[in-house]
Amino acid sequence: MPSFKLGLAQVNTQLGGLRNNLAKHLDLIDDARKEGVDVLAFPELSLTGYMLQDEVPSVACSPTPEDEIFGPLLKASRDLDLLVGFVDVDERYRYYIAAAYLSAGKVVHIHRKVYLPTYGLFDEGRFFSPGETMRAFETRFGRMGVLICEEFWHASSPYLLWLDGADMMLFMSASPVRGLTDSGQLQSVAWVERVNQAYASLFTVHIGHAVRVGFEDGMIFGGRATAFGPAGNLLAAGPDFQEGLTLAEINPDMVRQTRVRLPLLRDERPAWVARQLAQIQQSPATCPSGESQ
Amino acid sequence: MTADDSRLSINTDLARSVLVAFIRDELGRHGFTRGVVGLSGGIDSSIACFLAAEALGPENVLALRMPYASSSPESMEHAELVIDQLKVRSLDISITDMVTPLFDRFPDMSKVRRGNVMARVRMAILFDQSADFGGLVIGTGNKTEILLGYTTLYGDSACAVNPNGDLYKTQIRQLARALGVPEVIINKPPSADLWPGQTDEGELGTTYERVDRLLHLLIDERADPSAAVAAGFEAPFVKETLDRVRLNHYKRVMPPIAKISGRTVGYDFLYPRDWGT
Repeated sequence: MPSFKLGLAQVNTQLGGLRNNLAKHLDLIDDARKEGVDVLAFPELSLTGYMLQDEVPSVACSPTPEDEIFGPLLKASRDLDLLVGFVDVDERYRYYIAAAYLSAGKVVHIHRKVYLPTYGLFDEGRFFSPGETMRAFETRFGRMGVLICEEFWHASSPYLLWLDGADMMLFMSASPVRGLTDSGQLQSVAWVERVNQAYASLFTVHIGHAVRVGFEDGMIFGGRATAFGPAGNLLAAGPDFQEGLTLAEINPDMVRQTRVRLPLLRDERPAWVARQLAQIQQSPATCPSGESQ
Repeated sequence: MTADDSRLSINTDLARSVLVAFIRDELGRHGFTRGVVGLSGGIDSSIACFLAAEALGPENVLALRMPYASSSPESMEHAELVIDQLKVRSLDISITDMVTPLFDRFPDMSKVRRGNVMARVRMAILFDQSADFGGLVIGTGNKTEILLGYTTLYGDSACAVNPNGDLYKTQIRQLARALGVPEVIINKPPSADLWPGQTDEGELGTTYERVDRLLHLLIDERADPSAAVAAGFEAPFVKETLDRVRLNHYKRVMPPIAKISGRTVGYDFLYPRDWGT
């Protein structure tokens, strides 16, 4: 598998402004094309903005060539792969925070966010339905997986993608950053970076994290997109608090090199884990059922 | 559990870059590039003015001084230091002639009532001038006063955006030093200057250092009151502070609307303030 160039688009968005947000996507796609980017990832809900609340039903898009938003994006994906964030709706009018991976003018994969944070400053469960699957998918750059924000605060999510064959994980988020201390980074920023680095190391995969910037109702989207290699090494980091395009060279051979040295995937025992999990689930006192999800 | 000052120490470079970006972005979302600050000569409004000047450029910031007959001359002088240092635009509008007829009509008016009238008249001037200047009112209230309700509802708390509101007073002081706010402003006893001799700490009955440590423990660290007592705070002080936070909550939320229709603003008609921006 040859190396490829990953681009992480760090954008501010207009709340509900699909056309303006699309125009910004197309501009960044042009910039990325000039930089020789092969895969360009945008953040969570990049086409709609994050704090939509009651606006959710009016900003849902259909990832089809006929759609006025997805049509131009599909066209743009003919020569570079795109990952964009949008509001998806099913035939029974359930709305999802979703991501679409587009390549060669076609939709390769749709992921609907499974874990919807509904606590503290988050209220996603009030406005969205949870997705039901978390699967890896084939691309021209190898098998990948996509996770949206809260999903990668759950260790089970990258674990599932890992077992499903993803060697490149694309994370996208629009998480309000928070926690001012005497450190040079807000607490949540440092936490996410630590966790992503740990996932890259533990699963010996590449991870790219596309992040929102800007403010919505005082909530801060901090930027600093990152890419980590399979040895947990930082490959690239974007700027704080401003829009930008962060580039990272992804060399799939690094996965081979790391796994020869560190055969964590080879030694993983998913069937045994599944049996243990089934037994643990018999103890509702200690194990969350997740049924409410 | 301890309650030392270090938990309140902040990275002032980070705070500064976030708050400057906040002012620029939130105003920009609504099509504004200018801001108006009511500059009292105190530390909170000085910080708001410094941040606004950095975010918008000094030529796009209007600092309003609105003295009353009994206002301390020092307040005007200190505000002038900030105006001169930042080179922001400024305008002086005395409120004396506006509030005196009301005070004369109700000569028994308590000083708290008089203070509230003054704060609300200043608010009316700020918003009026913001319309003329084509800017938004930048708020100055800090987290300590918001939590304790040490503010006049629809008075000094009124604004379009507030960069200071998630920083405790002791953190405001750290940021003020980093921004280069004149030391004389940072070091003087905080006062709303609504009557001669008034000081915040005199009215609150505690020091900002002490109450900020307690609030940080109770609010930010989500400690139980018993844990705060175990950390060294006197039980009556913990109770008074919590009561004060609870009793003043009405100042922090929109007034309740009687929900009698099928869809009601604030309950099930939910959009962010930045809706469509």
